[in-house]
Amino acid sequence: MKTSVMLGTLALAGLAGAVQAATLDDVKARGTLNCGVNTGVTGFGAPDANGNWAGFDVDYCRALAAAVLSDPQAVNFVPTTAQTRFTALASGEIDILARNSTWTFSRDTDLKFDFIGVNYYDGQGFLAPRALGVTSAKELDGATVCIQTGTTTELNLADFFRTNNITYEPVPVATDDEAQQQYLAGACDVYTTDASGLAAVRSSFENPDDHVILPEIISKEPLGPLVRHGDNQWEDIGRWTLYALIAAEELGVTSANVTEMAAAPTENPEINRLLGTEGDLGAMTGLDNQWAVRAIQAVGNYGEVFERNIGSETPIGLARGLNALWTQGGLMYAMPFR
Amino acid sequence: MSIAENSPPRGFRPGQLLYDSRYRSVTIQAIALALLAALLIYLIRNLVDNLHALGKDINFGFLDNRAGYDINQALIPYSNDMSHGRAALVGMLNTLLVASLGCVAATIFGVLAGVLRLSKNWLVSRIMTVYVEGFRNVPLVLWIILIYALLTEATPQPRDFAGDNPTASMLFGVIAITNRGTYIPAPIWGEGGRLLVLVFVLSLIAIWVWRRVARRRQAATGRTLPVVWVSLAILILPTLITFLALGRPLTFDVPEAARFNFRGGVTVLNSFMALWLALSLYTGAFIAEIVRAGILAISKGQTEAAYALGLRPRRTMSLVILPQAMRVIIPPLISQYLNLTKNSSLAIAVGYMDVRATLGGITINQTGRELEGMLLLAGFYLVVSLVISAAMNLYNRRIAIKER
Repeated sequence: MKTSVMLGTLALAGLAGAVQAATLDDVKARGTLNCGVNTGVTGFGAPDANGNWAGFDVDYCRALAAAVLSDPQAVNFVPTTAQTRFTALASGEIDILARNSTWTFSRDTDLKFDFIGVNYYDGQGFLAPRALGVTSAKELDGATVCIQTGTTTELNLADFFRTNNITYEPVPVATDDEAQQQYLAGACDVYTTDASGLAAVRSSFENPDDHVILPEIISKEPLGPLVRHGDNQWEDIGRWTLYALIAAEELGVTSANVTEMAAAPTENPEINRLLGTEGDLGAMTGLDNQWAVRAIQAVGNYGEVFERNIGSETPIGLARGLNALWTQGGLMYAMPFR
Repeated sequence: MSIAENSPPRGFRPGQLLYDSRYRSVTIQAIALALLAALLIYLIRNLVDNLHALGKDINFGFLDNRAGYDINQALIPYSNDMSHGRAALVGMLNTLLVASLGCVAATIFGVLAGVLRLSKNWLVSRIMTVYVEGFRNVPLVLWIILIYALLTEATPQPRDFAGDNPTASMLFGVIAITNRGTYIPAPIWGEGGRLLVLVFVLSLIAIWVWRRVARRRQAATGRTLPVVWVSLAILILPTLITFLALGRPLTFDVPEAARFNFRGGVTVLNSFMALWLALSLYTGAFIAEIVRAGILAISKGQTEAAYALGLRPRRTMSLVILPQAMRVIIPPLISQYLNLTKNSSLAIAVGYMDVRATLGGITINQTGRELEGMLLLAGFYLVVSLVISAAMNLYNRRIAIKER
């Protein structure tokens, strides 16, 4: 008995010691990608009725798995809460965190992570029942606010009420689901999180029209995937997979035409470099030249991913806004594939 | 004698460490200790190496940084401009508040249920059985969430109290029970308020003295003095007279329904109520069993002897049975108090901001100092538990049988 306990402890300590730099080798050896996602935000990352994960962030994980492992299904989705996400990534439980996390200075530096890019430009907003008759967040003096703990929104909220010299009472909740319950039960007057999240929450209500998203956006919330600090190769693969999806939209490559375009070199050299028919960009990252083709085949380009999961045709109904391509007045801008 | 003389005096040989039963146990202990030390060193080095690999150090400086988040129940002044250390302190006080009130309530529930479960009244004893088994056999966190859900779903929203046609009304016109919390009037001390408090404290002391006198008198002569009525009179009359004589120095700030919430008064959050009720009912069920065991441990002859002396059942219980049962009850009761205190860390289930939620939750998350935060948290619970144990052990020593 004592021996087995001791061996168990040693084994555990050994596991903890196994965190190391070469994430790509680990993922290939394992055959699956451990991707940290939300515990369930409709449109961004949630299991559907059949238990298959789907959503905007989930599609990024699938694209990465397709690029690295040639199989978009080879993803092990690890649900994380706002409180557990960073520990999960730092400990090596997950290879990458794609869970609408805000890119901040201290997370990038002090927490020893690296954000690989922005896949959604967001801002914090407020959701209120229409019956409350509130038209501006500045009228919320004395209101009770549901807030997910351990998030940047918690700090923004405190700052917003402080600068406007009004008071509020926080109701801390652990997950988005819990926040919805509390909000619908009337335990709080308003719910605050990223505006995209609010749209997702509202779309899941029985009567979405009974609730309004207040016009104020009180913060910048650039959301993006992040990896552990120190493994530059893995960071590069993650970053350029994201850029591949964005560049594909810019270059008119879609999940429908990518196979055809990748079959033979086209007129456009940048498309050729992206799809591996010219040069060997893939090999420079430690993958093969077909990596971007597989990623686009799996989920489509950035625009397709957006429209399928959270776009105006979906119940969530988000407009592209800041997330349109730079050529269309947005901020989505892929670095050159050269 | 002859054997001792025959065996030649021999020195210590290394082989004896293994084959001589006098030394073998020492050998085994030394090896076990060395192994344990090696394991500890290995684990700590592993931790330090891994932290180093991640580029992290162990540093408690984050406690001085600005916290930046708000806490909905603070017993000491707190704002988001104060430090993480202050936020941790607010959380610690919240933990201590719910733990101490929980211990008091759990003891009351437990003693009542334990005694009543032994009642000859079929209905009463069965109800208590249902209570004890129901609470002991369902996980605590479910009770916390269930009670919280009941408080949230079954009560009106604050905005139902406002407007021209309120659908809900306040209890006695001063207490509002809502789905966010209970709003009660807050005392405002006027001129002479201190004197009033002084008189009140003095009457509490007077009650204690009177009860002691009554107990001594009974122990010496067997005569009983009226305790309940006199205590009640001492509690109310002097304070009331002072209150009127000083021209009512105490007024109340009655909560008023505002646009979103009640303004003024004191708020007792539902998260606090739910946690406190669930903790005390749950632990009370365990204490009930301990009390029952303690009572059953006292021989029936004691009861019969007390009856033969003409003591009524209630006096038999309070003068003969319970004082003896206490010796059996106190030691396991200590661990129940410790359990309750540690279980209060489930507070986050309903969003009560205890130390686990402030220091162990938000602060760790905002600063990324998991190890330091968890060490501080463990240290806090360790100190609180040891203090409770020490206090209860002192009490236990006082009531234990004195062997002379």
